Amino acid sequence: MPDVLVFVEYSEGKPVKAALQALGAGSRLATELGGTAIALVIGGDGGELGKKGAGRVLVASGDAIKAYSPDGYARILADQAAATRAAVVLASATPMGKDFVARAAARAKCGLAADCTELKVEGGKPVAVRPVYAGKAMLAVQAPGTLWATLRPNAFGEATSSDAAKIEPVAVGFDAASLMAVVREIVEGVRGKLDVAEAEVVVSGGRGLKDPAGEGKQNWQNLEKLADAIGAAVGASRAVVDAGWRPHGDQVGQTGKTVSPKLYIACGISGAIQHLAGMSGSKVIVAINKDENAPIFKVADYGIIGTVEEVVPALTEAFSKSLRG
Amino acid sequence: MEIVVCIRRAPTTDARIKPAADGKNYEPAGINYDISEYDKFAIEAAIQLKEKHTGKVTVLCMGSKEATKEVRTAIAMGCDAAELLVDEAFRDSWATASALAARLKSLPHDIVLFGWNSVDNQSASTGQMVAELLGLPSVSVAVSMEVADGAAQIERLAAGGKREKYYIKLPAVVTCQKGLNKYRSPNMKGIMAAKKTVVAETPANAPADGVAVLRLQPPPPRADGKIVGKGADAVNELVRLLREEAKVI
Ligand SMILES: Cc1cc2nc3c(=O)[nH]c(=O)nc-3n(C[C@H](O)[C@H](O)[C@H](O)COP(=O)(O)OP(=O)(O)OC[C@H]3O[C@@H](n4cnc5c(N)ncnc54)[C@H](O)[C@@H]3O)c2cc1C
Ligand SMILES: Nc1ncnc2c1ncn2[C@@H]1O[C@H](COP(=O)(O)O)[C@@H](O)[C@H]1O
Repeated sequence: MPDVLVFVEYSEGKPVKAALQALGAGSRLATELGGTAIALVIGGDGGELGKKGAGRVLVASGDAIKAYSPDGYARILADQAAATRAAVVLASATPMGKDFVARAAARAKCGLAADCTELKVEGGKPVAVRPVYAGKAMLAVQAPGTLWATLRPNAFGEATSSDAAKIEPVAVGFDAASLMAVVREIVEGVRGKLDVAEAEVVVSGGRGLKDPAGEGKQNWQNLEKLADAIGAAVGASRAVVDAGWRPHGDQVGQTGKTVSPKLYIACGISGAIQHLAGMSGSKVIVAINKDENAPIFKVADYGIIGTVEEVVPALTEAFSKSLRG
Repeated sequence: MEIVVCIRRAPTTDARIKPAADGKNYEPAGINYDISEYDKFAIEAAIQLKEKHTGKVTVLCMGSKEATKEVRTAIAMGCDAAELLVDEAFRDSWATASALAARLKSLPHDIVLFGWNSVDNQSASTGQMVAELLGLPSVSVAVSMEVADGAAQIERLAAGGKREKYYIKLPAVVTCQKGLNKYRSPNMKGIMAAKKTVVAETPANAPADGVAVLRLQPPPPRADGKIVGKGADAVNELVRLLREEAKVI
């Protein structure tokens, strides 16, 4: 059966958004192939997945899943891929998906199309398209057998369905003692901080904002206020990260995070090729820069020529007014 | 300690990538190469482990013969020995991992270090696949690592800026992220050593790709943008456009 198995990641009892997007992509692909989308849940109840595109919902249970383990999760996914004989295995390319799905694919003796932005059917076979060279090119790939792919957050939409799926428990056939790597402790990041790679809106700051420990202090506060006003995550250029002005987890670009939000606002960023590489997959790009010749304006859908000192607070005000009104 | 660090030769990050006439590879003219950025954090981590625990760092690279340049750079940074698994084609992470794992079966290793992601193929998979093929524990995207008494305490970067802490037994696979360390540049002594080092070359024992390339294509073009205006006067118009034209807020 050309079924599509989708690993649906849960966090704090709820499916994460990127995982519902993967399930949406999986259900559309399954329809095209004439099969069923099967959700696999580890560490959640799978309750609402029938409404989100799943025709079947498998829920793993056992003492081996009490904490996340890359080798443990890989075994469960590879076992279920074999048991369901899925033609396609999908997961979201979140930090967790990127970690263990590669292990699972290798366990199944398969390759992996990582971080895909498009799935389609060509000549009856599933094809995955993934950005390479930091988005400077796209690679369309096909697998000889089962196609394993992880999907970039925000590149696919969620699905809705009739909720006819029944929950099928699957027992994990190994115990916790056999796991090689298990999370022992989770050190919180900044509380409630949105990850740039997962956010729908990203506001990034570059060297144009200046040193937050000196004359740039107000600029960075203004940037945070803008981000708060529109529910955005704050990103940064590498110049800013290398200067120690922002943590490296905020870096957007070829050697930082790849982002594909619906709105990316670049403030005081010149638009070096390595930066563009990480954000040119954004749906809409806005640039604020005082230099009208800055390369960022070449990729921006909308640009404002001006200083961050002047434009960023005004923009926060205009957004707040628009969201209120 | 026997430390192995797997490095990849990749186009530099400022390379202009254009599809070649065959539609499957990129046009090689004018492309410069370097060690894939994150692999430099892996090299640095390897050298620091050697400095602390004594031992030997072996560089392992699958690639074309030209990759001896990148391998020598790793030696110049402070690695001790080098091996090139010669393979001229662009390979996917499955084929690469299989070839590396096949070699590692007879190459002593207490720890095998990788970059968390290559800057060209961007699969972020090769290290974990090698771990699975060798039956070793893996921690990916490491931002801190302490090794003692045949075990390692590692933190990896997880969703939302959280850090997951692992304690694993060696031998193990660790993939390295920026933040783990600051990598050094080659010094004079290293450069001299690199000149004298014999890079062992053996044909790579790589299976067929796990995902085969149908085509390499340019990214979808972006429509021309517009300058909305200058200074704070332009913000109301920008917000209107985002709301009514782009419909993103
Ligand atoms: C191997 C490698 C990997 C790299 N990876 C990355 C990466 O992942 N991500 C990344 O971002 N970079 C990366 N870079 C670095 C990249 O080449 C650039 O150096 C960097 O992106 C520049 O950051 P920036 O735009 O903040 O600074 P700058 O290039 O200095 O630009 C600052 C901009 O701010 C504008 N400006 C100044 N003052 C104001 C003001 N008051 N108001 C408004 N605008 C103002 C200026 O006009 C200018 O355009 C990499 C480089 C290398 C070699
Ligand atoms: N051809 C190769 N030879 C040796 N190591 C490699 C090779 N390709 C990838 N790697 C390693 O695997 C890591 C992840 O690569 P990737 O899975 O392509 O993102 C790289 O950072 C390298 O450490």
